Amino acid sequence: MATYLEFIQQNEERDGVRFSWNVWPSSRLEATRMVVPLACLLTPLKERPDLPPVQYEPVLCSRTTCKAILNPLCQVDYRAKLWACNFCFQRNQFPPAYTGISEVNQPAELMPQFSTIEYVIQRGAQSPLIFLYVVDTCLEEDDLQALKESLQMSLSLLPPDALVGLITFGRMVQVHELSCEGISKSYVFRGTKDLTAKQIQDMLGLTKPAMPMQQARPGQPHEQPFVSSRFLQPVHKIDMNLTDLLGELQRDPWPVTQGKRPLRSTGVALSIAVGLLEGTFPNTGARIMLFTGGPPTQGPGMVVGDELKVPIRSWHDIEKDNARFMKKATKHYEMLANRTATNGHCIDIYACALDQTGLLEMKCCANLTGGHMVMGDSFNTSLFKQTFQRIFSKDFNGDFRMAFGATLEVKTSRELKVAGAIGPCVSLNVKGPCVSENELGVGGTSQWKICGLDPTSTLGIYFEVVNQHNAPVPQGGRGAIQFVTQYQHSSTQRRIRVTTIARNWADAQSQLRHIEAAFDQEAAAVLMARLGVFRAESEEGPDVLRWLDRQLIRLCQKFGQYNKEDPTSFRLSDSFSLYPQFMFHLRRSPFLQVFNNSPDESSYYRHHFARQDLTQSLIMIQPILYSYSFHGPPE
Amino acid sequence: MNVNQSAPPLPPFGQSQPVYPGYHQSSYGGQPGSTAPPTPYGAYNGPVPGYQQTPPPGVSRAQPSSEAPPASTAQAPCGQAAYGQFGQGDVQNGPSSTVQMQRFPGSQPFGSVPLAPVVSQPTVLQPYGPPPTSAQVTAQLAGMQISGAVAPALPPVGLGYGPPTSLASASGSFPNSGLYGSYPQGQAPPLSQAQGHLGAQPPQRSAPPQASSFTSPASGGPRMPSMTGPLLSGQGFGGPSLSQPNHVSSPPPQALPPGTQMTGPPGPPPPMHSSQQPGYQLQQNGSFGPARGPQPNYGSPYPGAPTFGSQPGPPQPLPPKRLDPDAIPSPIQVIEDDRNNRGSEPFVTGVRGQVPPLVTTNFLVKDQGNASPRYIRCTSYNIPCTSDMAKQAQVPLAAVIKPLARLPPEEASPYVVDHGESGPLRCNRCKAYMCPFMQFVEGGRRFQCCFCSCINDVPPQYFQHLDHTGKRVDAYDRPELSLGSYEFLATVDYCKNNKFPSPPAFIFMIDVSYNAIRSGLVRLLCEELKSLLDFLPREGGAEESAIRVGFVTYNKVLHFYNVKSSLAQPQMMVVSDVADMFVPLLDGFLVNVNESRAVITSLLDQIPEMFADTRETETVFAPVIQAGMEALKAAECAGKLFLFHTSLPIAEAPGKLKNRDDRKLINTDKEKTLFQPQTGAYQTLAKECVAQGCCVDLFLFPNQYVDVATLSVVPQLTGGSVYKYACFQVENDQERFLSDLRRDVQKVVGFDAVMRVRTSTGIRAVDFFGAFYMSNTTDVELAGLDGDKTVTVEFKHDDRLNEESGALLQCALLYTSCAGQRRLRIHNLALNCCTQLADLYRNCETDTLINYMAKFAYRGVLNSPVKTVRDTLITQCAQILACYRKNCASPSSAGQLILPECMKLLPVYLNCVLKSDVLQPGAEVTTDDRAYVRQLVTSMDVAETNVFFYPRLLPLTKSPIESATEPPAVRASEERLSNGDIYLLENGLNLFLWVGASVQQGVVQSLFSVSSFSQITSGLSVLPVLDNPLSKKVRGLIDSLRAQRSRYMKLIVVKQEDKLEMLFKHFLVEDKSLSGGASYVDFLCHMHKEIRQLLS
Repeated sequence: MATYLEFIQQNEERDGVRFSWNVWPSSRLEATRMVVPLACLLTPLKERPDLPPVQYEPVLCSRTTCKAILNPLCQVDYRAKLWACNFCFQRNQFPPAYTGISEVNQPAELMPQFSTIEYVIQRGAQSPLIFLYVVDTCLEEDDLQALKESLQMSLSLLPPDALVGLITFGRMVQVHELSCEGISKSYVFRGTKDLTAKQIQDMLGLTKPAMPMQQARPGQPHEQPFVSSRFLQPVHKIDMNLTDLLGELQRDPWPVTQGKRPLRSTGVALSIAVGLLEGTFPNTGARIMLFTGGPPTQGPGMVVGDELKVPIRSWHDIEKDNARFMKKATKHYEMLANRTATNGHCIDIYACALDQTGLLEMKCCANLTGGHMVMGDSFNTSLFKQTFQRIFSKDFNGDFRMAFGATLEVKTSRELKVAGAIGPCVSLNVKGPCVSENELGVGGTSQWKICGLDPTSTLGIYFEVVNQHNAPVPQGGRGAIQFVTQYQHSSTQRRIRVTTIARNWADAQSQLRHIEAAFDQEAAAVLMARLGVFRAESEEGPDVLRWLDRQLIRLCQKFGQYNKEDPTSFRLSDSFSLYPQFMFHLRRSPFLQVFNNSPDESSYYRHHFARQDLTQSLIMIQPILYSYSFHGPPE
Repeated sequence: MNVNQSAPPLPPFGQSQPVYPGYHQSSYGGQPGSTAPPTPYGAYNGPVPGYQQTPPPGVSRAQPSSEAPPASTAQAPCGQAAYGQFGQGDVQNGPSSTVQMQRFPGSQPFGSVPLAPVVSQPTVLQPYGPPPTSAQVTAQLAGMQISGAVAPALPPVGLGYGPPTSLASASGSFPNSGLYGSYPQGQAPPLSQAQGHLGAQPPQRSAPPQASSFTSPASGGPRMPSMTGPLLSGQGFGGPSLSQPNHVSSPPPQALPPGTQMTGPPGPPPPMHSSQQPGYQLQQNGSFGPARGPQPNYGSPYPGAPTFGSQPGPPQPLPPKRLDPDAIPSPIQVIEDDRNNRGSEPFVTGVRGQVPPLVTTNFLVKDQGNASPRYIRCTSYNIPCTSDMAKQAQVPLAAVIKPLARLPPEEASPYVVDHGESGPLRCNRCKAYMCPFMQFVEGGRRFQCCFCSCINDVPPQYFQHLDHTGKRVDAYDRPELSLGSYEFLATVDYCKNNKFPSPPAFIFMIDVSYNAIRSGLVRLLCEELKSLLDFLPREGGAEESAIRVGFVTYNKVLHFYNVKSSLAQPQMMVVSDVADMFVPLLDGFLVNVNESRAVITSLLDQIPEMFADTRETETVFAPVIQAGMEALKAAECAGKLFLFHTSLPIAEAPGKLKNRDDRKLINTDKEKTLFQPQTGAYQTLAKECVAQGCCVDLFLFPNQYVDVATLSVVPQLTGGSVYKYACFQVENDQERFLSDLRRDVQKVVGFDAVMRVRTSTGIRAVDFFGAFYMSNTTDVELAGLDGDKTVTVEFKHDDRLNEESGALLQCALLYTSCAGQRRLRIHNLALNCCTQLADLYRNCETDTLINYMAKFAYRGVLNSPVKTVRDTLITQCAQILACYRKNCASPSSAGQLILPECMKLLPVYLNCVLKSDVLQPGAEVTTDDRAYVRQLVTSMDVAETNVFFYPRLLPLTKSPIESATEPPAVRASEERLSNGDIYLLENGLNLFLWVGASVQQGVVQSLFSVSSFSQITSGLSVLPVLDNPLSKKVRGLIDSLRAQRSRYMKLIVVKQEDKLEMLFKHFLVEDKSLSGGASYVDFLCHMHKEIRQLLS
């Protein structure tokens, strides 16, 4: 027991991985009977102060369908300078740079302690980070003032060469040109009109510059800043300018009559922000930061009409199918989110209002792109101010705790397939030999895009054992999984982090004890919770609960010890002892229960639940757990 | 000439009105009675052919004149009387009396000239004179006939006219001689040059005076003579005939309504000439050489003349003379006469149906119950009682209304009447406003509407007792009871949405595409606006203008500017969504100039800088207007957009245009498409603008085709103006543009206006011309209306009119003043009604008629081939004149051209319309120019059309330098130019300074500061400022001319024999034009032919 706990902890610290099962059932049938799927929580960018990135590129398996990366699990023939891929067993020649390789002179990636290793890619253009502020001006005076101050403050936190842009919206949407002297210039869009990306780029005059930019891509990175120089400028150049601009920002001047909501064109503003970046910096790390103080009330993406007497949709309305704008709005934001994800940008939503702001509809923007979602009562609260400030917090290296445009690729040994992932990611739709036909979460692919992530962003990744029962894995065999995360570091470097793990196979019939002992109930609880929440997004609440209950019952049936007709005789082993309790709390958590929560709040909770690491997730499921830990070891 | 014109008119006028009906008949009878006449008549027929044959139409003219003189002599006393009358009634004739006298001498020389050749003539003349008018008549007639007879003989000569005349002369030398005398006179007066002849004149002087007297007599009764005169002249030239008729008529005071038959004179000339031709020609050759040129042409048109020829055969084919340009009615003379006769006394509007002085005359108006002619001018001040009559006469019944006309400082602008909350008092049934014509009855407790006869109660607060004449005792205290024009303050009921309007706004929308920047336009404009904004129109004594301003720049996207006073810097907002235009800001777009001055100045400083490096060449247009309109809508006010635009809007946007200029379409059935807008989008847009009270003024600076026809749709329908500066360059066009801009910005405008014309029972306003929009058949909607814009309204009968009650017009204009006050301006006008056609013809105004006909034709080109339009005009004109001839003139030979006095200029003016660029484009006239002119004319007032179609040509070096007055104009014909002189020519849009090749060096030096003619830069647009009397005078004159016109006229210096001279000659409208337009003389012949066809 202790060993497994230590093992799990060690693995988590080194690789950022927690598996539900740490010894794997060796056949599909057995795996299914385990009830809790074989899955893991992966924190791709787990902070590893002890892990200096290596300054060269990884060595890939030469088989085109594999392309696994050389890792400590590979067998190496030092004399022949060959290595065998542990996923496809292809034998590969070492590249010329590895000629000096020997048992005593191993490259880092072959050392066991480097089961997780980070490479820095030197080639390719490095483009600066981009921060595009999308600011609602339909705010109360003091709210706007507070927001302005926060934004001005944030300028000082940005790296000097980062590009910033500003879009403000109310009844109209204004894209501010930052490079002008004397006169402040902005492009104005109607807040009611759905524009295509092409139209937006035409209207912003980006079409022509975009062409040369693509050509310039390979060679001259220095040309890029010119592309959209009018709207996105390096902080150091327009610091003062932008500070003034923000300072002069006025509340939306259009009159709001009694009994009406201000007209807020959030949908169009976001659409323009997305279109702007899409046209100018595709596949470059960029954050669209949306600050909104109320629900979108006009144009595409509108969530509620401007009549105050008509309240914004509640769960009640949604159940009654009475939320007339919801579907259309959701579709609009999903479309935007997908486009954003395709371009590798992420969208943050900072919504501060006493009433709902349409997070339900907009959630996908943050969920699919790995952006933040912050919900508060007012911009003039420390909650918002500090949260916002923390976005720009730095790590021990002085780098931002954020990364962009990541792709996560999962490779498995042949007994395993990938069923799906749940977390702030979108599928890249890469089919491959290791992709399962059964989907859990976002499946059907072995690669996902995570447009924005930080050191705690965690994905749940679900696997399927495909080994048939009649062709058991030889005793002592190990299954291996490799996670390859390519991303843009906040220092603008492109990096690749590779984590390769292996676990023992065990025959469930003969070695059930082993498997049972290697059960990680915390990880399993979170992974099951993620599945539940994922289902809750699309299914009726009671169905999800029933499903959860059934899973729990089946699990207990499988692993519990009891005498028939004697409830008191029921016992679970230590490794399962907390699991039912987690499920109990999960059932009544805001992630699955919508009672007393607004749709926005539900979306907010679910958003956070789907991206936090294990510890945070557990706290969210069972808040008391943390206090327990003060008084003694958890039961 | 003088004689003809002046004299003839006189008689007819004075006499005609009173005696007219009787006159005709009597006169007619008289004519037949005269022994001679019959024969002449016969001769007449003959003359025509002769005309054709004989090349010298001039001759024919000469005859008329010659005849005239005799007549005048004979009836000298009458003539005087007539003169007196003239002064009163006939503008044209009247004025001339004194002048004529003076001129006569001038003319005499001429006469002498002719005389010389035909010595006998003078003698003849005198004899003529002595004999009673009838005698003269006969004589003339005889002459005429003879000429006619001759004509046949002469057939060959195109000028048939000439020959006939000669014939005439042959048959009766007398007539000829008489004509001659007159002829010379006519010529002499117009041309100062004539003086040269003076020497000869003295002897003839006696004759001329006679002539004058002649005329007067003619007026007395002598229709007969006039008839004869006309006959001859008719064949030869309508022009002369006009003048002569009077003469003629005068001699035979008998009964003929001389006045009516101005035409007479033309007839006579031919014979005389022919006989005298040899000599005549010789003499004339020197002085008149040019005149003849045109005549030959004349001949050709007349081929039909053979009949004429048959008549008098006699012939003197020899002297093929041409129609003498001096003998045909001269606009200059008419204008001059009217000026002299009617310029001195104020025009009092108290009397119903008075014909006002000509637009070219300076006069004061005293409002005593009818609207001043500055507000309303009618084609006729005497309306036929029945529609049958109207149809017969074909004289369009139209009023040219200029509701907000500017008045000279001596005249008070209309009083503003405030009736408090109850609002203006109106008829309950027809909603006409209280006016001086309303009849109060029942002791003042009720009033009867003068328009619909409905009896209405007088509200208690308005009650007032009546005096013994049935007039309210307070009539003179209330403008609406005593004046023709006044204003009411409108109540809230008259406002949009029942809300008093907010002050209007001006939005300046500036094209900043490459062309605009490169030409320097943007910089110039921004610089100018800085100061110009201090001169926005303000009302009365207001300290600052209530008008707010806004700024937009654009190329293929629009840039709005926030110039709120609290900003340190203006903010620019770009709207690229041109397909769906909107206004991006509310607060800060429209601002008070004084409050936001710093920001505005900063903006205007920065605009040229911001776009200095622009490469954008494409522009949009419709979205710009849309934006301005939306801005006004958002601000809930009316206003005006000033658009400064350079190129064809080809950028992808609503209202996108393509270059469809195709000269091949000219003279085809598809030509009309060049005048039609390319797309209906602009009409729709204009409609929205009108609904919002958004008036659009468009300044165009094209380097090539911009499709004015389409771009001007919105300005046109919103009551705006279009200005066009082709190939704009700051150095050359700066002054013109800035001057127009200043004027346009500063002028007082009414916004969001609705005009309605009510009429008394019997007639109805049926058609409207001008820059406005109509959503129904009665209300003229004008988004904006300024003091230069006119609306021409045509009336038709829908019932019988009553001679006693006359016909009443009430034009009510509801508008928002530039201070945002809602007002009603009312103009009332009472017209006479007549049962006799002659009354109609006696109370017409040719200038107004031309205004109407031009507008009618210019609208016609939108729907019909240009040729059809031209033919329609000619036909209508011929019908008008033929109707006169048939019904009002005494019977006479068909070959005689007889023109009503009031319409004697109709042919010449109509010809000008026909050969205008729109109806007959020259090779160098672009499609844009035509469309531009077309839409300009649509809202011109009478004075503008007058000078536009018949330009003013002023000799600069003829009159003494010291004289402060404008030099007398000369006729617009090349033959009037002397190469030793300098002339100014203006038509309201263009201004030329023509320098003759042999101008004195001293003059060149003092005007141009160069030593010789060859050193003058051709095309110069500014005269050097030199400190000498001549230079000062010329520059002063140019300035005063410009001040008279609503648009700045750019000066172009043209040297004789220079390339540019072609351009200049285009405006010499009496000459044949390069594009095929007929000369005056030719056209007159043609018109005569048409009339004859109608009569036969």
